[in-house]
Amino acid sequence: MSTHRDRLRQAMGDKVQFVQGDDACAYGAILAGCTFFAGYPITPATEVAERMAEILPKIEGCYIQMEDEIASMGAIVGASWTGVKTMTATSGPGFSLMQENLGYAIMTETPCVIVNVQRSGPSTGQPTLGAYGDMMQARWGTHGDHEIIMLCPASVQEAMELTIVAFNLAEAYRTPVLVFIDGELGHMRERLVIPEDDEFELVERTCATSREGYRPFAADENLVPAFAPFGAGFRTYVTGLTHNEAGLPRSASAPIHDQLVRRLADKILRNTDQIIRYEEFGAEECEIAIIAYGITARACRDVVEEGRQRGLKVGLLRLITIWPFPDEVVARWATRVQAILVPEMNLGQIVHPIREAVAGRCPVMLQSKIGGELHTPTELIDALEELRCQVC
Amino acid sequence: MKQEIRICGFGGQGVITAAVILGKAAAVYDGLIACQVQSYGPEARGGAARAEVIIANEPIGYPGIHAADILVAMSQEAFNRYINDIRPGATIIIDPDMVITYEAAPYAHLVPSTRIAEELGNVVVANIVMLGAVTALTGVVSREAMLASTLASVPSKFKALNQQALEAGMTVVAGLSP
Repeated sequence: MSTHRDRLRQAMGDKVQFVQGDDACAYGAILAGCTFFAGYPITPATEVAERMAEILPKIEGCYIQMEDEIASMGAIVGASWTGVKTMTATSGPGFSLMQENLGYAIMTETPCVIVNVQRSGPSTGQPTLGAYGDMMQARWGTHGDHEIIMLCPASVQEAMELTIVAFNLAEAYRTPVLVFIDGELGHMRERLVIPEDDEFELVERTCATSREGYRPFAADENLVPAFAPFGAGFRTYVTGLTHNEAGLPRSASAPIHDQLVRRLADKILRNTDQIIRYEEFGAEECEIAIIAYGITARACRDVVEEGRQRGLKVGLLRLITIWPFPDEVVARWATRVQAILVPEMNLGQIVHPIREAVAGRCPVMLQSKIGGELHTPTELIDALEELRCQVC
Repeated sequence: MKQEIRICGFGGQGVITAAVILGKAAAVYDGLIACQVQSYGPEARGGAARAEVIIANEPIGYPGIHAADILVAMSQEAFNRYINDIRPGATIIIDPDMVITYEAAPYAHLVPSTRIAEELGNVVVANIVMLGAVTALTGVVSREAMLASTLASVPSKFKALNQQALEAGMTVVAGLSP
């Protein structure tokens, strides 16, 4: 008899495929055990929904197309409270609509994953082209003090792998996790190898064991409360208002608010060593560093080799986790190099936390490009030459 | 080894499908590294369509095309637009019934893919005829990989037709000098 895992592999198809970044996000979700997807189609993220709509009904999962992105986000929060792993996928205009319920997910400690296949804004902008204009919206788009976790893959294979990681982080810290790609990577096809179950780790939320004296928002030493799904017979209460450990609203209490909101931030900030991922190229004997993320980092990787052939000692720090921001890693690079180039497909967003982490140790130059085209290796080399003239 | 291939024409000719089948032949069946990107107009049919594939034996960083090593043009507009964006010595393949004026590339290989497809009974396989020509002329992927990729990418009732189209494309260029 075939197991559930066999059936989901069968639903995904061949082990080796030639598919798009969007498809890879869907496969990552399925491998991670996601059984509920709610969404509203939007270019260039629609293929994530298409794959989920094909696969979920075959594995007793649920795909639901909502009336908009506000409702989509609400649906994945609600479904997560039944104890299942949930995801939605969207692009800029939809991500804007999700902000209110994203904050609700943070406040109610609801594990869920949001894929944003970015396109240019503001507003409906350039639907079919890639951009990275939502990087700061991800950090501060929903109101109030909070931390957020965001991962930025650079290839089709990594889009799948990091979507699995996103689910693990969402489960471990009971918080929404963002996977950010862009229209270019979302629609780019590469080889994808679907891993075997023993080739990756899966994390499940810690569930409450005893109904006696259960306090739904009393945290463990890791600052994460044990979860009790709706319908399991535990007494619980879920609200976006400031609440006590029983979940009951205590919105006028300064100490309860202080304790709650600091814990929500600290459960992420105290575990940055578990959350932050990055990749380094040419870190040895590096004079000029490039700090990049997402699809832009691919051309930067070419440039590390090309630049060295021209006598430019270039290194690359590829950020994979953007939030929480890896400031210690950036600071370490800043002490070793003479200048830093930051190519971004926006008017300059991640360059700001980079400058804050560098703290004046070396010049930081933004290379901004918008309109839907990627930075070419030639443009990057030109910018590096210019930067070398300025500092060396 | 790194080969940059651009296939262009108008929407509805299967330009993007052709690029996907080519990339899949390389990445899934020949064990090479491949990366495929595309662009198309807002119209479903008739607008300009372009798809690009990079095939290499080492990881591909920048996924865009600098200058094509292989250009397949299936419309005059696409030919005019991309003929100057090629590497010296590039292989150029055009459909002479769709690209009437090609003085800019006198050495282009003429593959009447639309006519051949019509003779086979269905114009939709013109893109597959072109893939047969690309395979036979350039060897960028193996014939076995191209056939396997094509058959894996089309509905079962059209497998025979697509195989015929692929073989017709390979045969028509057999008499042409590389």
